[in-house]
Amino acid sequence: MSESTALEYLRVTDLHAFYGESHILHGIDFTVYRGELVTLLGRNGAGRTTTLKSILGLVGRRNGSIMVNGREVIQWPTHRIARLGVGYCPEERGIFSSLTTEENLTLPPRLTSEGMSLDEIYSMFPNLKERRRSQGTRLSGGEQQMLAMARILHTGARLLLLDEISEGLAPVIVQKLSEVILRLKDRGFTIVLVEQNFRFASTLADRMYVVERGRIAAEVRKDEINEKQQLLEELLGI
Amino acid sequence: MSEVFGIPLPALLGQLMLGLVNGCFYAMLSLGLAIIFGMLNIINFAHGALYMMGAVFTWIALAQFGIGYWWSLLLVPLVIALFGVMVERTMLRRLYKLDNLYGLLLTFGIALVTEGLFRHRYGVSGLPYSIPEAFSGTFNLGFMFLPKYRAWVIAASLLTCFTTWFVVERTQLGAYLRAATENPQLVQTFGINVPAMITITYAVGVGLAGLAGVLAAPATQISPLMGTNLIIVVFAVVVIGGMGSILGSIVTGLGLGLIEGLTKVFYSQASNSVVFLIMALVLLVRPAGLFGRER
Ligand SMILES: Nc1ncnc2c1ncn2[C@@H]1O[C@H](COP(=O)(O)OP(=O)(O)OP(=O)(O)O)[C@@H](O)[C@H]1O
Ligand SMILES: [Mg+2]
Repeated sequence: MSESTALEYLRVTDLHAFYGESHILHGIDFTVYRGELVTLLGRNGAGRTTTLKSILGLVGRRNGSIMVNGREVIQWPTHRIARLGVGYCPEERGIFSSLTTEENLTLPPRLTSEGMSLDEIYSMFPNLKERRRSQGTRLSGGEQQMLAMARILHTGARLLLLDEISEGLAPVIVQKLSEVILRLKDRGFTIVLVEQNFRFASTLADRMYVVERGRIAAEVRKDEINEKQQLLEELLGI
Repeated sequence: MSEVFGIPLPALLGQLMLGLVNGCFYAMLSLGLAIIFGMLNIINFAHGALYMMGAVFTWIALAQFGIGYWWSLLLVPLVIALFGVMVERTMLRRLYKLDNLYGLLLTFGIALVTEGLFRHRYGVSGLPYSIPEAFSGTFNLGFMFLPKYRAWVIAASLLTCFTTWFVVERTQLGAYLRAATENPQLVQTFGINVPAMITITYAVGVGLAGLAGVLAAPATQISPLMGTNLIIVVFAVVVIGGMGSILGSIVTGLGLGLIEGLTKVFYSQASNSVVFLIMALVLLVRPAGLFGRER
């Protein structure tokens, strides 16, 4: 995609975020174009989760600028930002134990008319269909991860913020998630993927940003991965 | 005449019926406490005062504005709910980020202030309110006489409890509520206005207390102290049923009312303390309450 003509779907400028007195993000800048998949890499505690949370207004205090689909949302409450078509899959997955699998899946209201139908979702994640009557938190880790993703696909969100979806999962499941992500890309979703797993991320990403101590330390395009290998290794310690 | 353990059957049934009526009030009040606790994570100590306000407003509506029982049944809970909206918006909302002890202290303060004000204005001697025309008299059930107003209280509160249970456990709105009880932030990322939902939950919870107050007006002495007397038992009911459980609060409320009624018949000296005895026993065996989940 040529960036000059592409539409900006998310632009974060000089983003600062705080939890109480602790200043966590120190001026994050990055841009995601429509239909693009961007990953945020970084070491533990670099501030990647905090960046996703700040986009949705889930941190104590934030300032700077966050443009979603051309609108400045830095002052907006979380639910209004979500209604622009932003779907969030939290690091801890957030499956509700008081709801069944299917209730978890259909809990979020539809934000746009473009949401996937239950049939489409069940064909993408057959396990969820089998277990649709089980209590959500009785599912395996991998199934819960799929449920957390399926849940935001059902709403019709077009910008997906996915936090460490491969974390702690067996290689076959990670493989399965890669396939799902590629299908979502085909369908035109715009995706921000926070990852620790460099191999998983690098096969999927159009661009990668490395976050370090609350700042963007590097930007690497897909075609630059080889030439910037050494920089990446240094920053990520891989 | 038939007897059970030497007690005439009509007397026994009469006490049971009275127990059930009390149980209805316990159920409605503990139900409100349960939904408020579930969503706001605070124990609403103002609940008894709001119940009292419901009854006193019913009296004021008639004595000063000529508004009768039926309109009060509709309007007074709404007024109490609006009062709840005001309290939540202006005060409680500021405390969510702090320890929930602050919410408890605030609502306790609200209870003391409102009860003090009403006592100053209306004294403690009790305000009269007569049973509405349609419900004066009794039904003759053949084996006992059932005062019509008691039958109405039972029917109205069972319907209220069932409706509340149905909304929370069986509708999409209830699913938001249950999910938000677990993780409000995440529910908000789905586009749901959780702060508004919290306000509405508080309003509905205290509205239920107001409704109980209206139902109580013709059945008991209306006095600024009526809330304090009742709420102590209701807190015991909540502890027995388990904090925050909807079904638990309804079943426990009704059940304890009946047990109290029975105790009055068989060993009336214990009728005021039986609930607390049960509370102690339940706490020994199941600290989370009969319907509560252990954390
Ligand atoms: N609720 C919180 N209160 C205070 N500090 C926090 C909170 N959440 C995170 N932090 C701090 O903010 C910093 C960034 O955390 P963040 O969760 O964004 O890291 P991350 O890049 O997602 O790393 P990882 O998920 O691998 O741990 C860390 O130093 C962390 O200790
Ligand atoms: Mg993280």
